[in-house]
Amino acid sequence: MGKSAQSEKPLLSHGNGTRGRKLNIKPYLFLIPSFLIFGLFVFYPFAKTVALSFTWTDFTGKAIEFAGLDIYKRIFTNERFINTLVVSLKFAAMVGAGSFLVGFLLAALANERQRFCQLYEVPFALPMAIASAPAATIWFMIYSPNGIANYLLNTDVRFLLDARVAIFAVALVTIWLNMGVSFIFLLTGMRNVPAELLESASIDGASKLVRLVRIIIPIASPQIFFVIFLNLISSFQSFAQIRLLTQGGPENTTDVLVYSIYRYAISDGRFETAFAQSVVLFVIILCFTLLQFRFEKKGVYY
Amino acid sequence: MMKKYLSGGLFYLLKLLIAVVIICPVLYAISASFMTNSALASWPPNLIPPKVVFTNYQMALRSVPLFKFLINSLIVCAIVITAQVITASCTAYAFSFFEFKGRNILFMVVLATMMIPQDATIIANFLTISQLKLTDTYVALVLPYLTGAMGIFLMRQFYLTVPKELKEAATIDGCGDLRFLLNILMPISIPSIASLCIYVFIQTYNQFLWPLLVTNTMDKRTVQVGMQMLHNSEAAEYGIVLAGAVMVLIPSIVVFIIGQKYLIKGMTAGAVKG
Repeated sequence: MGKSAQSEKPLLSHGNGTRGRKLNIKPYLFLIPSFLIFGLFVFYPFAKTVALSFTWTDFTGKAIEFAGLDIYKRIFTNERFINTLVVSLKFAAMVGAGSFLVGFLLAALANERQRFCQLYEVPFALPMAIASAPAATIWFMIYSPNGIANYLLNTDVRFLLDARVAIFAVALVTIWLNMGVSFIFLLTGMRNVPAELLESASIDGASKLVRLVRIIIPIASPQIFFVIFLNLISSFQSFAQIRLLTQGGPENTTDVLVYSIYRYAISDGRFETAFAQSVVLFVIILCFTLLQFRFEKKGVYY
Repeated sequence: MMKKYLSGGLFYLLKLLIAVVIICPVLYAISASFMTNSALASWPPNLIPPKVVFTNYQMALRSVPLFKFLINSLIVCAIVITAQVITASCTAYAFSFFEFKGRNILFMVVLATMMIPQDATIIANFLTISQLKLTDTYVALVLPYLTGAMGIFLMRQFYLTVPKELKEAATIDGCGDLRFLLNILMPISIPSIASLCIYVFIQTYNQFLWPLLVTNTMDKRTVQVGMQMLHNSEAAEYGIVLAGAVMVLIPSIVVFIIGQKYLIKGMTAGAVKG
């Protein structure tokens, strides 16, 4: 979160200027703890991941021999990895669209404050407190052959074993997990709309729908873009629900990128492949982040 | 007028109904965790236990040391929260109350950490931990999470609203930096610190992949990994797994309900500039 702090004005000056004085080392001392952790567990592993994606490694992850682009050539000609990419993008599209739409609907419903609104606002947001592992076990039961899902839909489907529906089943769990966060951000965006603006519009005879489309959506557009990209990015980080519900199956239809990375590194000990795939993950998320910055700048209509 | 009240009431009921639909997986898990195996297997499925039994909870605690895992999770959360409050406050303090060479570049470095997704570096971090022979320790569980950009932004956001005269006055009175931070700045930033604590608690408590990678004995596992063990070991008897899921969910849900106001404020404070 806190993504767009970047777009802020230059840092405010709060005295203790350095000009014409000797270097004050105090601020640097305050920075040491954080930067030590960032160095050791963000930048060093990132550099290592990139470096080892060009190097053959042994089953403990030690470099053996320089590989050039061979590892990338190998993963991009591997059908299973292409499938992983397709599945990940499909999954991201489903989760991105689904949790945005549900979050938007909930925020539009909750936008007008009512008395005792906490009674529904807290449940609307609650899924964000729920961990994916227990969520997966609950949905496993709901999806079971004689579970609630089959009963309500009046079907006899093996949701997690049927290659046609498994990805939808897992996406639905992820949408459920993510919609609380979407709801919160979208509600904040909608409540940024000045009340006078809505009042004068309704005096002019604008209906609720017109007010939503013409006033609320444009003003909340930064939050809308933010939530769409947040969901796209976080869908790439889904792991526990895949691991517990489908293990990438049936027929690799839920074999998303992070699960694939885990499988290569931990189950197969093929670290170079896992590292190259991690770099691909980084590049995909970077593209989304850059797109997000562009949209956040461009997409605001006042 | 009457009509307006009536439609308001109906609207409220509609929203309550949707709220129930949203949390119904959790409600169903609670209900099913009190069912016998035969009640769980019946068709049509039972929504309310025909006979309430507590054996699933006893069995869940017996088949996996969930209680021990819960303690582990809480210890990890306590360490990570304490560390993040300290590191975020110190870092934000330097960025908001000092001018120094390289400040903008260093701030960009903090921003850059957000561009590198955790999952892209998690395997390399796992190798670091095993090379340092730290596997299966609390240190391994907490080390990468002792600081975070989100906390730094959150604290900085608040510090920038503090008038610089406060610092100047404190300096004139002979108050050093550490004392200013501890005795003046931190007490007035308690709402922001509360936001940070709740956010970090839910994040850390719900972590799955990292504890799965760096723990491999019962001794240091966290509840989320325990959840997977339960899911795999007792797949046949689902009442037990659901009882486990309910127990694992309770702490995060309770913290969320108590702290949601702070959590939401913290999440939305730095996120999007409207």
